[in-house]
Amino acid sequence: MKFGVVTFPGSNCDYDAYAAVRFVLGQEVEFLWHKSSDLCNADVIILPGGFSYGDYLRGGAIARFSPIMEEVLQFASSGGPVIGICNGFQVLTECGLLPGALMRNSHLRFSCKYVHIRVESDQTPFTHGCTVGEVLNIPIAHGEGNYYHFDKEIKELEDNGQVVFRYCEADGSITEKANPNGSIAGIAGICNRGGNVVGLMPHPERAVESILGSADGLKILNSVNDYKKVTAQA
Amino acid sequence: MPTAFSQPPVTREMIAFHGLNDEEYAKIKEILGREPNYTELGIFSVMWSEHCSYKNSISLIKTLPREGDNLLAKAGDENAGAVDIGDGLAVVFKIESHNHPSAVEPYQGAATGVGGILRDIFTMGARPIAALNSLRFGSPDNPHVRFLVDGVVRGIGDYGNSFGVPTVGGEVYFDESYTGNPLINAMAVGLVKDDGIVSAVAKGKGNKMMIVGSKTGRDGIHGATFASEELTEASQEKRPSVQIGDPFTEKLLVEATLEIIKEGLIVGIQDMGAAGITCSTSEMSAKGEAGIRLDIDQVPVREEGMTPYEILLSESQERMLVCVKPGKEAAITEIFDKWGLDSKIIGEVTDDGMMTVTLHGEVIAQIPSDCLVLGGGAPVYTREVKRPKYLDEITKIDMNSYSLERNWNEDLFSLLSAPNICSKGWVFEQYDSMVRTNTVLGPGSDAAVLRLRKTRKALAISTDCNGRYCYLNPRIGAQSAVAEAARNIVCSGGKPLAVTNCLNFGNPYKPEIYYGFKEAITGMGEACTVFGTPVTGGNVSFYNEDPDRAVFPTPTIGMVGLIEDINHITTQWFKDEGDIILLIGQNEEHLGASEYLHAIYKQNAGEVPPLDLEYEHRIQQFLLNAIRSRLVKSAHDVSDGGLAVALAECCISNQERQIGAVIELADDIRPDCLLFGETQSRIVISCSKEDEKELTMKMTELNLPFSNLGTVGLDRLVINDLIDLHITALSKAFFDAMPKFMEKVG
Repeated sequence: MKFGVVTFPGSNCDYDAYAAVRFVLGQEVEFLWHKSSDLCNADVIILPGGFSYGDYLRGGAIARFSPIMEEVLQFASSGGPVIGICNGFQVLTECGLLPGALMRNSHLRFSCKYVHIRVESDQTPFTHGCTVGEVLNIPIAHGEGNYYHFDKEIKELEDNGQVVFRYCEADGSITEKANPNGSIAGIAGICNRGGNVVGLMPHPERAVESILGSADGLKILNSVNDYKKVTAQA
Repeated sequence: MPTAFSQPPVTREMIAFHGLNDEEYAKIKEILGREPNYTELGIFSVMWSEHCSYKNSISLIKTLPREGDNLLAKAGDENAGAVDIGDGLAVVFKIESHNHPSAVEPYQGAATGVGGILRDIFTMGARPIAALNSLRFGSPDNPHVRFLVDGVVRGIGDYGNSFGVPTVGGEVYFDESYTGNPLINAMAVGLVKDDGIVSAVAKGKGNKMMIVGSKTGRDGIHGATFASEELTEASQEKRPSVQIGDPFTEKLLVEATLEIIKEGLIVGIQDMGAAGITCSTSEMSAKGEAGIRLDIDQVPVREEGMTPYEILLSESQERMLVCVKPGKEAAITEIFDKWGLDSKIIGEVTDDGMMTVTLHGEVIAQIPSDCLVLGGGAPVYTREVKRPKYLDEITKIDMNSYSLERNWNEDLFSLLSAPNICSKGWVFEQYDSMVRTNTVLGPGSDAAVLRLRKTRKALAISTDCNGRYCYLNPRIGAQSAVAEAARNIVCSGGKPLAVTNCLNFGNPYKPEIYYGFKEAITGMGEACTVFGTPVTGGNVSFYNEDPDRAVFPTPTIGMVGLIEDINHITTQWFKDEGDIILLIGQNEEHLGASEYLHAIYKQNAGEVPPLDLEYEHRIQQFLLNAIRSRLVKSAHDVSDGGLAVALAECCISNQERQIGAVIELADDIRPDCLLFGETQSRIVISCSKEDEKELTMKMTELNLPFSNLGTVGLDRLVINDLIDLHITALSKAFFDAMPKFMEKVG
C-alpha cells in the first residue's frame, strides 16, 4: 500500500502523517508537493494538518487552487481513498469534495487536547476496521473546527450515513460538554456520498503510539491499509 | 529608494533622542575620528542600546559558569547554546524576553517574541522541536491585565501553532509588580546533527551577502532602543516600534534555511532580530574579523521612499542575512524561489574590518564593525550597588499575627484556585502542544518531555523562577530558580544538562535595582556550579518598570535535561491504590515568602526558606538514581503552596485517573507551616509496597532525611485531622479557577 501526503507550504503535520505511515504502519509513503501534478501512484491520499497557505483568510481557502488538488479531485472522483485531517478537512470542504463548512470554534479560541470520538459509520475505507459505536481517544488541535451545514443537509448526511465521527464522552454518550468546538450535531468527521473521501478534525496521526498518549488513531490508518486487500479479495 | 539622499545634520536633540549620552557620543567621535552622520548615529544608537550591547550587565554575566562537558556552543559564541547529547545529536536552546513590545501591543509583541527565538534556533541549523513560555502579569482582577493575558496567549498560540512547533510548557505567574510591565519570556529548543551546527559568521573576501525571507518595511524601527527605557504613559505612542509577525513566512523561512544549510551552500547565517540588518551585518563581520559592504539600494523593500536609515534600523520580521559560499548564489535563489521567498545579493565580504553602507555606489556610512558589538568597542559599565531599605522591613513577619484557628480545608481550596497555583490549562490548551508527534509530557507535569526519534532518549525541559523569592532575597531566589528547574528535570527522570537565562529587572541606573541584579547573578552562578549546569546564554531585559514600580527581580531559568531511556520518564501523579508515599527531605517551620501568605494574607513578606545547594544536589542525585533503577512510580517537587498543594496535585493532576491519598504527618510544627510552608529541597514520591524498603534503606545509607507520608488510594485526600476533601472538589478548585477569572466581564 502506498500513501501520498500532500505538502502545502504551510502544512505542518505532513511529517507526522508521513512518520505514522512509514515508521508505525511500516508502509511506503511519499510527500506530494503542492505545485506538482503527480500523485506518484499513491493508493491513499492524506491531506495533512497545518495552515496550508498561511490561512489568514480562512482555513484551506487558497489550497483548493493548487495544482496538486486538481489531481486529488480526479483521484477522489474515481473512488480513490482520500482523508483530510484538520486543515486537510478544511481544504476538502473548500474544494467541494465534502459538504458544509468549518467555522471558528464557538469559544473563539484555538483548542489542543485529547477528546473522545465515536465511530458512526464503518462504511468508509478509513473506518471499516472499526465497529460502529466504538470510542476512540484522539487529540484535536484547531481554531476553526466548528462544523456547520443547514438543517436539511445535515439530515441528508445523517440519513445517508455520511456522519463518520461524533465527539462523545469516554463512555460514548453524546453530550454538549464533550463537543469541543460547537460543531452541529457534535460532528467530528464526515464522508462524501461514495464514502471514499473522509474529513475529520481530530488527528489520528498523532495517536499512533502509546508513549504519546494513545494508539487509537492506528485503527483508522490500519483500516485503510487493509482496505485494498479486502476489496482485492472480494 | 531615493536616488539622492541628504543626511539631516546631527544636533544635540537628535543625539539625546537616540539615547546616547555625552560620554558615548565622545567615544563615537574618537572611533570615527570625526562627527558621525545621521545614518551612523542611528547605527551606533541601536548597537549600543542596552538591548544589543549588554553594556550594564556583561561584566557581571561573565562571572557565570560557562564551561561544562559536551558544550558545542558556549555563551556568547553563537545565537544560542548547544550541547552534545550523544547519538550524533546536539540540542540547541535559548530563552529571550519580549516584554516591552508585549506591554503596548500584547498580540504582536508576544507573537514576534516567539518568532525571534525560533529564528535563533534555526539560524544555527537546528530544527525547532519545542517552545516554552514564562509569562508574568499583574493581578487578574485588573481588566487591563486580562486583556494583556488574552492577547499574549493568542499571540504565542497563533505564531507557534502556525509555524508548527509544539508549545510544551512554561509558567504563568501573577503579581501586582508586573501590572504595567508584563514579562514575556519565550524559549525554544532545537535539534541538530552534532556536526551540523552553523555559525553566524561572515568571512572570505568577495563572498556575497544575501538577504533572504521577507521584504524590509518600516516596522519596528528603534525597537531595540524602545526596549532599553522604562515604560511610561507615553510608551503607548511607541506602538509603531513593535514588529508585526507572519508565522506562515517564518514556516517557509525555516524550511528554506534548513535546506540551504543541508545543501552546504553557506559560510554563515544570522537572523535579523533587534536592530535588523545593522546588527546582523556588524556581528557577522566582527565575528569573522572581516568587513561587509552593503549596497543598501539592493535591499527588497515593502514600500517606496524608505531611507537608508530606515532600512538599516527596520526590525521587519522573518529575514536572515546569509554569507554565501563562492558560486552558490543561484542555488540559494532556487531554494528560496521554491518556497516563494525573496533572496537577493546586497553586498559582499571585505577585508577592511568595516561595516560600509553604500547608496548607488556612494558611501553613506562607514564604521569599524568591531566597535559596534558586544565584546568589541561597545561600552561596558560597572554600576553602583546599594542594598534596598525595603529588604530590612519586609522580611520580618510576626508569626503570632497568623491565626491557627482556621479551616484548613478552605485554605487548601483557596490555594488550589489561586492564580499562581491553579491549573493553567486555559492557557496551554490554546497552544498546539503535540505537533511533530514527539511530546510525551506536555504542559502540566513537572517538566515537559519530548522523545528523540530513532534513539532511546528523551529531553526534559523546564522554566522556573519565583519572583517573590527574588524580591525578598535575590540571591537565594536565583539559587532557588536553578534548584527548582533542576528538581523538575530530575522528577521527570532527566539529568540536568545546561541553562539558558532571561534576566528581567528594572532600571540598572538605580543602585537598588542593580543590587538585586548583582545578587541574583551571584546566586545563579553558585547554583549552576553545584548542579553542573553551565549557562549557555540567554538575554538581559532591564527597564522593566511602569510609573508605579519596578517588576520583581525575575531571573528566569530555562533548563534542558537528558533522559537516558524513555522508560525513565516519570510523572508527578499518583498511580495505583496501595502505593506508598514518601517525602524526600524534611518539613521545617517556615512560612516566609510563601504563596500561602500571598493568597490568604495578601503579603509578599518574610524570609525566603534557606537553601543548602549541596544537600539539594544530593537529594536530586539520589532521586535520579532511584528513578533509573525503576523504583519510583511518581515524583513531584514541593514548591508554591507547600506540601498540601503538592499532595493535592499528585492526586488530581492526571484528569483521566484521579486518586486519593491518606497522609499522616508526624512533624511537630505549626499546621500552617506544615501544610503550606515552602521549606526547600522536598520531593514527594510514590512507590510500590515492595520497593519501599529498598528506597528507604538507600536514603538511610546516604544519610538523607525522609519520611513515610502514607498510602495512595480511595477518593479523598486526608492529611492528619487537618484536611479531608474529596478529590472531585479538589479537582474543581484547581481546574475551574482560571477559566472563571479569565472570562470574568468588566
